[in-house]
Amino acid sequence: MLSKIKQLRWQEIATPLAAVILALIIGAGFILYVGENPLAAYRILFMESLGSIRNLATTLQRATPLMFTGLAVAFSYRAGLFNIGAEGQLYIGAFAAAWVGFTFTGLPRLVHLPLAIIAGMIGGGLWGAIPGFLKAKLGIHEVINTIMLNFIALYLTDWLATGPFHGGSWVPETARISPTAALTRLYPPTRLSTGLYLALAAAFFAYLVLWKTKQGYELRAVGLNPQAAEYGGINVARNTVIAMAISGALAGLAGTEQILGLHQKFIVRFSADLGFMGVAVALLGKNHPVGVIFAAILFGALQTGSAAMDRLTSVPRELITIIQALIIFFVAAEYLIRRMLRMKEEA
Amino acid sequence: MGEFLALLFNTAVFAAALRMATPLIFAALGGIFSERSGVVNIALEGMMLIGAFTAMFVSHQTGIPWLGVLGAMLAGLLIGLLHAVFCIHYRANQVVVGTAINIFAGGLTVFLLRHYFGAAGTSPSVATISDITLPIISQIPWIGRVIGRQNPLVYLALVAVVIANVVIYKTSWGLRLRAVGEHPRAADTVGVNVFRMRYVAVALSGALAGLGGTYLSIAHLSRFSEGMTAGRGFIALAAVIFGKWTPYGALGACLFFGYVDALQMRLQAVGVPTQFMNMLPYVLTMVALAGFIGKSVGPKASGEPYIKG
Repeated sequence: MLSKIKQLRWQEIATPLAAVILALIIGAGFILYVGENPLAAYRILFMESLGSIRNLATTLQRATPLMFTGLAVAFSYRAGLFNIGAEGQLYIGAFAAAWVGFTFTGLPRLVHLPLAIIAGMIGGGLWGAIPGFLKAKLGIHEVINTIMLNFIALYLTDWLATGPFHGGSWVPETARISPTAALTRLYPPTRLSTGLYLALAAAFFAYLVLWKTKQGYELRAVGLNPQAAEYGGINVARNTVIAMAISGALAGLAGTEQILGLHQKFIVRFSADLGFMGVAVALLGKNHPVGVIFAAILFGALQTGSAAMDRLTSVPRELITIIQALIIFFVAAEYLIRRMLRMKEEA
Repeated sequence: MGEFLALLFNTAVFAAALRMATPLIFAALGGIFSERSGVVNIALEGMMLIGAFTAMFVSHQTGIPWLGVLGAMLAGLLIGLLHAVFCIHYRANQVVVGTAINIFAGGLTVFLLRHYFGAAGTSPSVATISDITLPIISQIPWIGRVIGRQNPLVYLALVAVVIANVVIYKTSWGLRLRAVGEHPRAADTVGVNVFRMRYVAVALSGALAGLGGTYLSIAHLSRFSEGMTAGRGFIALAAVIFGKWTPYGALGACLFFGYVDALQMRLQAVGVPTQFMNMLPYVLTMVALAGFIGKSVGPKASGEPYIKG
């Protein structure tokens, strides 16, 4: 029994690990292509992301939004839904949080900060609930609608932040949020904030909901087999909306953390694919909250190290984007990796 | 009001609409071939981006823009094959692979841009495909001013729509393509090679999307800049859905989206925020999917890997 569990654990970790190693090997090819030494470049990447407490703090700061978006994608995935709209939910959540942050003044911190966080969750949650509702009521696949909503959210917040809520400078951004709505910085001068605690709490929450509540049982039942779930008396439509709303709220928190912790104002198009990276993080983390945290830290480390690698070598930092994409390819093609590792396919 | 109407029917706006529609038309045709074969292709954006970069690069190296067109199509084809291998052979989730390709394309193009051309976000200016004047047509009033003088790629896009329509609806290959996308098991039973059909369709999809990207970097502009597709691959995807997976339907959608694009700068002057115009294709696609303007329903087997057995 124990050895069986051990074997299962090993199988769970083996594929992501193999995917990362394969991606790094191909990445080494790109480093050679630009005429640098892969080992030296990777050494810089490693040292500059994990080599000191300060670097580690930056890594965690970069990992924080990815934890949220990874959780968002993973949560919906467990309910059989593919939320590729984390990017849009993130923008709506971010704007909602920013709006609360710069609109109200004179509130005590104990009220203002939670209010801004809740606004971000609601914003993202509502935006996520739209495709959930359209799937539940009209049977439209969520993938197309979430893609469309990504762009709608992007342009909507673009308009809000350059139109009615423009901060007044020449830059396309809103006014700064009040200090009472800002997350506390944990390790200055790095920009790591208490948003990290929020992300860890969200992971714990996702775990509790999915595996320790009746609601989570229903969600997972729908994810495994909607027909059987419906037959067993579970309301699939209702669970579809709930799953997308919670997933959206998690993505909204990613935006919230970026605004209240990092930027302290809404900047048009600040995200740079954090939502899409969530797909990668969720996949690499095997759609489990614990896996998501580690996958997000890995991606955070790659991003942090890439800046130094870019500075100290002639390897463009976009190498990291390529490696991240390659990781997704290999994790997605589990079938391929399992065959390479000569693992038996689970029945 | 009269001025506004004059603006709506302005020949310059229509000519610009046709230009804006061109990259969308190529990519949308690519999307149709892929989806008709049963493979979801949300990687059109990435394929266009790689096409745009390759076209610029080849034109820069050789000075011959038409070689850039070929290079871009070849690059798109290779990315299409990559999509195909993972989706068809390794049975990976098609949306996940599409996302990976989009991220990969964004990273690779900037990686190469910075390696070859230094830190700036744009490439140097390269040789482009220049506009041509159609002999008789350019003399026709109004129409002549819209389509009489355009880029060869614009005309090529329109011709490609006609060809795609014939291929899909009038040839046995097209029949097999549709069969594979609707009911692969049945197609397999009557001897159609499902895998091969899908490989060819997805590779073709990549080549067409690459061609769409070409227009951006060596016809519309004369350089490649970071992320220059700016969501056009997704607008093309929207056009596929909006046009109900048919070439002429997609053409109509692309022309309409191109028109909206061409109009936005002028409407901004009268106080309509550009962001709302930008949003329109996406909003309309959601509305179309919801069935408010004739329900859009895709090929049945789209998105499902085929397991022979």
